[in-house]
Amino acid sequence: MSDKPEVNQGRRNILIATTCAGGAATVAAAVPFVASMLPSERAKAIGAPIEADVSYLPPGEMMRVEWRGQPVWIVHRTKEMLEAVKATDDKVADPKSERKPAELTPEYARNEYRSIKPEYLVVVGICSHLGCSPSDRLKAAPEAFDPEWKGGFYCPCHGSLFDLAGRVYKNKPAPDNLKVPPYTFLSDTKLLIGEDKKA
Amino acid sequence: MAATEKQPITFAGPFNGILTWVDERFPLMATLKSHLTEYYAPKNFNFWYYFGSLALLVFVLQILTGIFLTMNYKPDASLAFASVEYIMRDVSWGWLIRYMHSTGASFFFVCVYLHMFRGLLYGSYRKPRELLWIFGMLIFLCLMGEAFFGYLLPWGQMSYWGAQVIVNLFAAIPLVGEQLAIWIRGDYVISDATLNRFFAFHVIALPLVLAGLVAAHLLALHEVGSNNPDGIEIKNNKDPKTGIPLDGIPFHPYYTVKDIFGVAVFMLVFAIIVFFAPELGGYFLEYNNFIAADPLRTPQHIAPVWYFTPYYSILRANTVNFFWIDAKVWGVIAMGVSVMIFFLLPWLDRSPAKSIRYRGPIFKAALAIFIVCFFILGYLGTQGVSEGKTLVAQVCTIIYFLFFLLMPWYTRVDKCKPEPERVTK
Repeated sequence: MSDKPEVNQGRRNILIATTCAGGAATVAAAVPFVASMLPSERAKAIGAPIEADVSYLPPGEMMRVEWRGQPVWIVHRTKEMLEAVKATDDKVADPKSERKPAELTPEYARNEYRSIKPEYLVVVGICSHLGCSPSDRLKAAPEAFDPEWKGGFYCPCHGSLFDLAGRVYKNKPAPDNLKVPPYTFLSDTKLLIGEDKKA
Repeated sequence: MAATEKQPITFAGPFNGILTWVDERFPLMATLKSHLTEYYAPKNFNFWYYFGSLALLVFVLQILTGIFLTMNYKPDASLAFASVEYIMRDVSWGWLIRYMHSTGASFFFVCVYLHMFRGLLYGSYRKPRELLWIFGMLIFLCLMGEAFFGYLLPWGQMSYWGAQVIVNLFAAIPLVGEQLAIWIRGDYVISDATLNRFFAFHVIALPLVLAGLVAAHLLALHEVGSNNPDGIEIKNNKDPKTGIPLDGIPFHPYYTVKDIFGVAVFMLVFAIIVFFAPELGGYFLEYNNFIAADPLRTPQHIAPVWYFTPYYSILRANTVNFFWIDAKVWGVIAMGVSVMIFFLLPWLDRSPAKSIRYRGPIFKAALAIFIVCFFILGYLGTQGVSEGKTLVAQVCTIIYFLFFLLMPWYTRVDKCKPEPERVTK
């Protein structure tokens, strides 16, 4: 077409310019539609910190509370459980919580037990693989997925394992340890989850 | 063509007048002729050729039952689960419409998988049908999306956690993944916002796209003509006088009658399942989905519906970090590629023969092994994880990919038989 002499180049240029302008306008018009799918102001506003009372939580047991629509686990660890955490050091992928520390482990939890007080573990119970909530298998006993199980959490979705400090086992689909949320102790047995002292 | 040049219609008795009036204003007869009464399909279609028309039937059934379900369903996280139970218990015949829809979803995949297997058997994706195959693959992708969005709607435990896992697949994409997952959910977790938009995708967006793709699939089919179990082109042997393929017969009435017989048998099987086993032992409707969604607890045993399990197995077969990339990302990549690789089939297959009837032993063995692996992966996807099972899944995943990646080589060295000039039997 373009090599034919009767093409009016001026009109052709206007046609190209109009098409480009129309295309740009269409793309611009898509912005509000795409943006409408982002979290709404209301969704952003929800997320206040919550309180949890652990005075009724016996040693060796765990409780679940909801924070920002996600499960937060509080485990009251016994002496044996704390020993088990030490015993799994060589089985877990990131024993010292060095991966993505800003995101996963607040400063006050960057220790062997990933907690403020060794006996209380507080983690978001969402597997770092694809977001399932792992099941608790707190007792040290032979399991189908690990005959030398020391206690911890088993994700039913894709078989990831976590120890009693929420640290992920090596060579499992989940890449990271469980997230420790910001939290602080309001009293000996009262926790505030979602906010720490700095905030 | 000017309206006045058309021939008046003479065969429809009392309707001659009205049909002529319509035909002068709309290409009614021309359309019917080119797609039905004068569309010549090979005369040797066999059992495998039922599933295209049956898939179309299920599509219509899904639309129909879906319309009536939306009359009582509430896309609201606090009402959805109860509204489905309301449909099941209190709406007149609601249970039937709901079970037809849920059984229809599984049967859609049964038909589409068998339809695709037919393509593999007879080389229906080969030149000149590459684009036809691509439209078909797009339908398959769309269908997977439709099934996924629809599965969240009952807001049961499997709905919730299934959606959680699949949306988090997108979070595995480096850099933008996390933001993308939030954008898909419209929230930081699966919530009411997610349910509402999945409803919109499930009932409006994807059905419209599906309908368009089905139309494109059929138009492309009628442009190039149907393949057949011999994998040869019937257009190469035309009657010199009429120009009609010698091995072709008009789609209507010959194949409409054949397909109606298929529909009758299909509806019988469909009705047996709808009436006597709508859950089909947890394969069509998972038991955990009769428990309302609980964001704090993942069910002990979580597995997708059967039609996704082969890909799900491939996803979790990846447990090793390669190079600097997480096992998680590799799993997601492997799963994505395992579906997308079907798009490349027309170019991976270098065999001189299209149909399995004339292919050599290597392809036959490769296809058989592939199908076995596909079933094993599918079975493993319904099961919990253990070391032994993961190992089997890993082996099957490798074979799955080798079937495609080695295809350019083994189809070329394979000893094929000569294709016949005309269709057999």
